[in-house]
Order: sequence, then structure tokens, then C-alpha cells
Amino acid sequence: MNRDDTLESARELERISLSALAAAGTETELERWRIGYLGRRGALSDQMRSLAKLHPEQRRVAGARLNQLKSTLTQAFADARKRIGEESMPSAKDIDAIDVTLPGRRIRLGGLHPSEAMMREILQAFNEMGFQTVEGPSVEFEKYNFDMLNVPAYHPARDLQDTLWIDRSPQNRVLLRTQTSPMQIRTMETQEPPVRIVSPGLCFRREATDTTHEWQFHQIEGLAVDEGVTMSDLKGTLYEFARRIFGQRRKLRFRCDYFPFVEPGVDVSVDWKGKWVEIMGAGMVHPKVLEGVGYDTSRYTGFAFGMGPERIAMLRYDIEDIRHFFSNDLRFLSQF
Amino acid sequence: MQVPLSWLREYVDIKLDVDELAHRLTMAGNEVDSITRTGSLTLDRVTVGEVLEVSSHPNADRLQIVRVNDGSGEQEAVCGAPNVAVGQRVAFAGIGAELIDAYSDQPSKTKKLRKARIRGIASTGMICSEKELGISENHDEILVLSEDATVGAPVRDLICDAVLDIELTPNRPDCLGIVGVARDVAALTGESLIEPPLDYETDDTDVASLAKVSVVDHDLAPRYMGAVIRGVSIAPSPDWLQQRLIAIGERPINNVVDATNFVMFELGQPLHAFDYDKVQDHHVIVRRAFDGETLTTLDGVERKLSSESLLIADPSRGIGLAGIMGGENTEISDETVNVFLEAANFNAENNRRTASMLGLRSEATLRFEKGLLTGLTEIAIRRCLRIISQVAGGSITAGLIDAKDDRIAEQEEVDLSRERICQVMGIEYSSKDVESTLDALGFDTKPIADGWRVKIPYWRPDISIPEDLIEELARIIGYDDLPATALSGEIPALKSSASIELRRKVVDALVSQGFHQVVSYAAVAKGLDEKIGVDAPTPAPITIENPISRDHSMLRRTLRPTLLETAARNTRTWRAPIALFESGKIFIPNRDEMGLPSEIEMVTGVFTGPRSNIHWDGDQVHFDFFDAKGAVEHVLDKIALDADFSPFSDPLYAPGAAAQIFAAKRFAIGSLGVVKPEIWSKFDPETAGAVLFEIDLNMLEKLLDGRERGDSYKPFSRYPDAHRDLALVMERSIPVESAINICRQNRLIKSVAVFDLYAGSGVPAGQKSVALRLVYHSRSRTLTSDMVARAESQIIVQLQNELGATLRQ
Repeated sequence: MNRDDTLESARELERISLSALAAAGTETELERWRIGYLGRRGALSDQMRSLAKLHPEQRRVAGARLNQLKSTLTQAFADARKRIGEESMPSAKDIDAIDVTLPGRRIRLGGLHPSEAMMREILQAFNEMGFQTVEGPSVEFEKYNFDMLNVPAYHPARDLQDTLWIDRSPQNRVLLRTQTSPMQIRTMETQEPPVRIVSPGLCFRREATDTTHEWQFHQIEGLAVDEGVTMSDLKGTLYEFARRIFGQRRKLRFRCDYFPFVEPGVDVSVDWKGKWVEIMGAGMVHPKVLEGVGYDTSRYTGFAFGMGPERIAMLRYDIEDIRHFFSNDLRFLSQF
Repeated sequence: MQVPLSWLREYVDIKLDVDELAHRLTMAGNEVDSITRTGSLTLDRVTVGEVLEVSSHPNADRLQIVRVNDGSGEQEAVCGAPNVAVGQRVAFAGIGAELIDAYSDQPSKTKKLRKARIRGIASTGMICSEKELGISENHDEILVLSEDATVGAPVRDLICDAVLDIELTPNRPDCLGIVGVARDVAALTGESLIEPPLDYETDDTDVASLAKVSVVDHDLAPRYMGAVIRGVSIAPSPDWLQQRLIAIGERPINNVVDATNFVMFELGQPLHAFDYDKVQDHHVIVRRAFDGETLTTLDGVERKLSSESLLIADPSRGIGLAGIMGGENTEISDETVNVFLEAANFNAENNRRTASMLGLRSEATLRFEKGLLTGLTEIAIRRCLRIISQVAGGSITAGLIDAKDDRIAEQEEVDLSRERICQVMGIEYSSKDVESTLDALGFDTKPIADGWRVKIPYWRPDISIPEDLIEELARIIGYDDLPATALSGEIPALKSSASIELRRKVVDALVSQGFHQVVSYAAVAKGLDEKIGVDAPTPAPITIENPISRDHSMLRRTLRPTLLETAARNTRTWRAPIALFESGKIFIPNRDEMGLPSEIEMVTGVFTGPRSNIHWDGDQVHFDFFDAKGAVEHVLDKIALDADFSPFSDPLYAPGAAAQIFAAKRFAIGSLGVVKPEIWSKFDPETAGAVLFEIDLNMLEKLLDGRERGDSYKPFSRYPDAHRDLALVMERSIPVESAINICRQNRLIKSVAVFDLYAGSGVPAGQKSVALRLVYHSRSRTLTSDMVARAESQIIVQLQNELGATLRQ
């Protein structure tokens, strides 16, 4: 073996070892390469050992060459280790391409019944104006539903609300409430002014059903009684309500109407899609109602209003038939 | 109330068009529901024309050439009618007008008028007959309009009537007479009311010598007036009277009866005419009926009466139901010669009660039940006597019988203060506005200190307090200028309502899990409960005495059957998971402290169908028990309430697949389970099944009431958890919860989760393999593996000793 052979085999070793290093993809393969080429019994050490057989002059040249190879391989090994270290980190390359148009996994969407959703919105509007939500029984005494609201028996105003009776015996006259107004009386009986309440709930009337009438429906009644409560305050309060429910710049229109428990009584319309649409009845609480609960009518005045959340939802959502509300068809419910 | 414009115009001059008039009436409280116009044509391009010249047609004997000024200029038309003459105002149709084709076989076929040459003469329009205008069948002559008709004005307003259908409120009986509506129109338009004349001529005989009235029950008949007309000629009414009645939908009968009806519709006061000669002794007695007494009314029906009803009688029998309907025995007939005319004031409540008892809602009772004032009685009888003498002749006796209860004191005046107006409305009205508005409505006002003393006119029984007058002012002046102000007083302290808040939380917890909320009818069919396996309903349900239908005749005692029905109905149209709940009241007959049925707030939920929508990456699995349980657990988590579930037996649920939910170990707050397939198939035979759960909100509320708020923050431990898994083999019949409870007894255990459950090959028969993940934790230190191992082996020993559970190898 001469110097040229040694130089030749050093070149060969460099080529093979670097190529093997490039092929090493894992820590294990890298370690195996280190042992095979740079280890104590590795290929480079073998060559180093064969220098001993050369002439000193030749040994000096060949030795320098092998030292240079050693530092090349050491550097290449360090680079490779760095490379492999980086490759074993999580990387976007590991993620397979997917069909992003496939439907995702969803959580089922539930929904409030539109009557409840509407009622919550309406109640919140009034709650924020200081009206407290109160609830009462659906099965109610006649006196709370009618008599104390200035609708005595055999009063023609009873025609306005055909009643479903639970008990018509004279000593215990009980009915399904036709309105949530009884809560006005129940509240005022137990509380001195100031009173500000809203009372939501189901009501029942013995009425034929059609696209705009149901025999069961929700109602929200409101009442404010205090010194200095006026019809102008009623207008202002309902304005605020209408703007929240129907949007800014909505206008309200009052027209005279008759409800036995208010005087003066008005029917309230909102301008909606270019038309005046009736949304509720309202008025100043009739002095007889206030007298009935023992309020001083010279000192206190009040206003009351009542509306149907289904009617309002019908306007808001363009629902054409009130009977959808209690038919509970998911094709209807799922839209809210 | 039907109000023909033509009739209304008798009492007030109307310059507004019909739509504007209807709008103003509506705003003032008399809501116009609809407007029906007579005549089927729009009559565009038909205007009032003045005939300037008539000359004979050169080529036709029977035709004439007519020059007409139609307001826009001179027109020429060919006309065949014999009655055309110079100076007439006629209905001139211009080119393009749509008219009835008078020569067509079809009755209402129309044609458009075109430019034409008739026998060589060009015609630029047509003078119309009534038939061509669509108002009658007369085509023999042209329609001649009144001489003062304005040339060029639309003809439609002159020849077509409009009937306003006014939905009257119960407080305005005055508007059940056309004059009452006219009075509102006058006040709204600034016109003055033309009061109908009341005068008539009488003979010399004193009415008292011919008839006698005894009112026994004056409380039910505060005023009873009578008059006698002798020698009437009963016949059909003259055209004008018949047309008035036909226009409001009444059938003309004969002149005397029509006169009484006319006055009722004119003034709002019902009257009745008796055949004088059929009233025994010419003596009218107003008394309560005897119990069981009968009377055959004008409609031929025999009515059985009670002492509740007021009867008009003669000494031997009843002759009329007071204020409701006359008797057949004294009816005006073709043979009637002498008439006893009644105008009376009857007690409103009694009238309404009797009418509703007999199921007889006549036009008369519609008015009496509203409570008329006694002043109207006299006005009406005078008016009616005048009309009868006009249309039926005869001789009216002098004087009127007037039996009036002196004890009746009708309120005559109301004091209205400026301060009260301001207190109610929030604004002041000027004295001029107050006085002119009330004056226009017929109220006399007299200034007093700080306000007015207002006299209540005889037609306004609804006015009794200052607020009534304030409404009169507001409705006529209008609400448009009323300011909108905010409530100014103290805001009452808001108390939060525990029940409302709780319900809201529960509802939200369900909606957030993908449930849709439903609202069902609270009244259901009798027998519905039997459908869900409840045989003998105890206690008996609350029934409605007059239900809307059999399907809604009792108050629900459970939400279950309606919810199952709803779910089943949806399976036919909704091919996706169905998860529904209802939050509503059920009704239990035992009286609460107020004496009303108990109303319990329940929340009931149901699942049916696949758990998820069909999806490319998963199988469709049906909802099962654990979906319902998870839903309940989620809800209870939301309200921070711990609960236990124990096996439950219930007629609705399949045995072994139902649980009762207990809070605080003792209180049953609800249940859940798989609906028995035999029950579900009654609702829906097509689909696999349903799971249902139910939570009693009243019970929850009681439990949570007084409990400390469970939502305050608790510091969390900084020491790490240690996780160990245990694979156990145990008897299948032992509930997994027993093992979990044993693990939990160890003080280092923070939580236990079940992550696998298996029975089958590899596990001995009758046994199951349960894999638990135990989380160990100490709040005071980091656990060492020795500490965890010690705890673990204690647990294993305990599981072995108490449950016979072994570690799976």
C-alpha cells in the first residue's frame, strides 16, 4: 500500500460515509453510522491505524488527509444530528391533505320556543325600565280575572273575552284566566305604590281558532302605579319598548279603544313595513280598579298595557298562522 | 253595526271621502272593520255632465245628438233615451270608461267604451243609464242627477252608497244608533248635527182613557212609556223606509214594525208595537214572570220563563219578553187597526241575564244590556210616533203614558278639573279645546272653579267619572300630539324571582344541549293519560265545564303524553335527531292555600330517533337511556345540585330501564327511562323508541331555596394529580356505582371515571369487566408513588371484600 492508495481510500471513505449519513433518517441510524465510521472500531479508525504501515514522509501527507476527513465527518455528523432532530419535531409535513368540503362534526342546535324567545326579549325591555316580572296562577278566581278589573258579572264587556270555566257554582267561581291582568290585582293587594310590574303567562279564551286567533296564547301585562304616572308616560314607556323590539325610529300610534279596566283606553299600533299594525291595548288604570285594592285615587294614577307575544312574534318573523305556535312542528321550531 | 253613508248623511254633512271618514272614526274609538260599497264598478272616467244641446240624428229617427260639457270641455254623444233634455246633469262616460254591457245576455258583463261612429255621427262618450252604471236594471232612460251636482265631479260618490261596518265597543250604546255615529262624525269634522225631528200631531183623546200601564217591578223597568195610535193602515213600508232597513241588513216587515226598527237603528232605543185590540183590558202590566210561565215569542218559539225574567203582560197572560222580543199573541198583523206603542228602559243586567238564559240575543237586548238612560225613552217614542204617522197614518192620542220610578236617580253631572286632566294625561288642554270638544259631542259645560261642571246627555250612559270625559277629549283631539315621557318616580326595588330564574337556567341548559322547546295546549283530551299506562287517574283531573272541544276538555296532569305525541308527529317529517322538551304547568286538583288547584312547574324532555344526523364519519346510533341521563346530569350540573339515580318502576318506563332522581338522598325530583315499546308504538308504530325524562321544578326550587349560593369560587390545589387505572371483574348484577362509591371513600381519591365496560368472551359468564380511572390527589402535598400505591391496594382489598371484585389479569 502506498500513499496514493491511502489518499484514494480516504476519498472513497468520505464519499461513502457522507452518502450513508445523508440516508440516515433517525437517531438510531445516525448512531449506527457514528459507530461505523467515527467509532473506535470504525472505518476512519481503521484507516488511521493503517498509516503505521507507510513511509514517514508519506504518512505525514496521508495523516493530514485523514485528520481533515475526520473533522469533515464530525462536522457532517453534527449537522446530520441537527437535521434529524428537527425532522423528528411535529411538522405540517406530517398532516395528510384532507377534503375540506366534507361536512364537519356538529353539536345539535337547540332552540327556545319562539313564544318564549319573544317573551324574554319583551320582558327584558321592561325589566330594564324597572318593571318586575311577576307570575300567577292560570286557574284563577273570577273576581281577579273580571270583577276587580271593573268587569262585573253580566257586564257586556265580558263578551270581549269568552271564558273557559272550571267551576261555575255561585260560591266558588273559578276559570282559566282570559288575561294575565289578575296579577295587577294580586300585586296591588299586597303592595303599596310605587308598583311597576310585567306579568307573562298563558291565557285561555273560548274562541274559534283561525290564522290569527288561538284559544290558548301568551300574554304580557304591564302595570305602573305611582304619584304622577300619566298617559304621556305610557306613551314614552311604550315608545322605548317598540324601539327595542321593532327597531330604532319606529313610531307608535294611539287610538281610542275600550277596555273596562282602563280609562282612557287606547289601542297601540306600530309602524311596521309601511303600515300601522295594532300590537297592544293600554290605558290609564280605571279609578274603580285602584279603589278596589284600596289605593287613594286622588293621589295615585297608573297605566296598564297588555300584549300577545305570539302576535308580536308573527310580525317580527313574518309568521302567517298563529296555529304554528302550539303545533310544535320542528320544521317551524327549528327556524328560531 | 252597519252604518250606510246615505243614512248617516241625514244627520251630518260629510265632505270627507269614505276612507278618510272611516280612519277618523277608527282613531276616535269606533273601529271601522270594513267598507262595503254598492255598485260593482269603479266608474273611473264617469263624470257629471251638463246637457248643452239636443238635436235629432240625421240618419236615425229614434236617436239624438247631444252636446255635453263634462267639465273638461264639450263632448258629443249619440243618445237614444227619450228623457234627455237640455240643462240636465247626467252621468257622462268618457272614452275608456268601463260600464255594464246593457245588451249582453250575461248580467254583469262589462265593456270598455270606445270611440265610435253611430250611423255616421262620431261620439266621444256616452250618457249612461242606471243599468250601465251598475246600480239598477233600468235601461229605458238615462240617469238624471240632481241639479246642483258639480259638473266634472266623479259620479261614483253621487250614486253609490258605502256601508261602514263599525265594530262597536261595549261602552258606546249610543253608536248602536246612526245618530250616535253622526254625532261623533260631527265632532270629528267640525260639522253640526242635524237632529231628527220629533214633532207629530195628536187627536183630542187622552191616552190615559184608552190604555193603562202598571209597573210592578220598577227596579227592572225604571221607565215605561206608552202611546196609542188608532186607525193605522198596515201595509208594506214606503221605499225610503224599506231601503233604509235593507241597507243595514234588516228585513222589512210592515210599516208599523219597520217604524219601530227604524227608530231603534236611528237612536239606539228599542221599541215595541202591540196590537192594541189584543191586549186584554188595554192594560199593560210589567212584572216578573212566574216560575214556569211560558210565552211564545215572535219567532214562534215557546219560551219557558222564571221569576228572573221581566215580562210584559196583560191581566191574563204574557204578551212580550221585556226588552228582548215581543209575544206572538199581540203581534202587529195585516188586520191590526190600533197600535199600542211601547218605549221603555229596562235594567241592563237583568236583560242580559234573561237573554243569555234563553239564548236569545236580539237587536233589542244588544242595546238594553249596555244600560240606556231614561231620557232616551221619551225621545225615541216621540220620534217613532212621528214616523208611524208618516208611514202608516192613524191618529195619535194626546199625551204619553209615562211610568217612571221616582227612586231612580241617574247621575246628571260630572265635575272635570284642569288638574285631573293634567294628572291623567300629563298635558293640559286649553279651555277652548275642552269646551268646544265637549260641546260638539253634545255635553253642556259650565265653568266652575278650576274646571267645568259637565252635563251628561241622555244618550251617553257610559259617562260617569272625570276620566270618562278626559277620554272624550283625548279621542276627539287625538293622541298624536301627546308627548312621550319617561316614568319619573322612584323605581321600585326589584326582587329576583327564584322560580323564574331557576326555570330559565334549566331551559337554557336544555337548549344548549340541542333540545328544541315546545309549548303544548294545557287542556287535553280525557283519556289521554290512559294512553301512557295510567289506568285509574287519581286524583280525578280538573275538567273544563264548557270546553272548546273534546280534545281539550281537561287540564293536563302530566306533560308526558302530549310530549310523546309531539315527538311521534315529528318523526314523520323530521329525519334527524328529535330532542324536545316542554317547560310548563301541570294541574293537580288538591286545593292550595288560596283555594285553587295546585299548579306545578314541570320540565319534561324526550329523545327519539338517531342521536346524530347522518354523517360520513360515523354510524347513526339511536338515543338511549344514557342520553336522557346525561341531559339530566348536565341540567343538575348547571344548577350545582348533586343527585342520585336509583332503579325505578313506573307505568310509562320499561322495567329495568328507568331511574328515579333523588336530590339530597331523599327528595324525588324527577325520573327518566326508556318508554315502554308497547306505549311508544301507540304514538308511533314506525320508529324504534323513545327515552323520556322529567324534572319537577317546584321540588327543585324548594331544595334550592335557602341553600347557600353554590356558585362562589373555591381556590384550587397547586399539587399535581396522580392517575391510576383499575380493571375489575365483578358480578354483572352489581351496579358500577357501588365500586365507584368504594373508591370515593378513600380520602386521596379526587374523582373516578368509568372508561370501559365489557362482558363476553374472556370474562367469566355472569361477570363484567369494568375499567376505572382513579385520580388521586392531596390538597397538602405532592403524592409519592408509595402513597398512591398504598391507597390503591387499600381500595383493591375493599373492592374484593365488599363486592367480590377482582383485578382483571
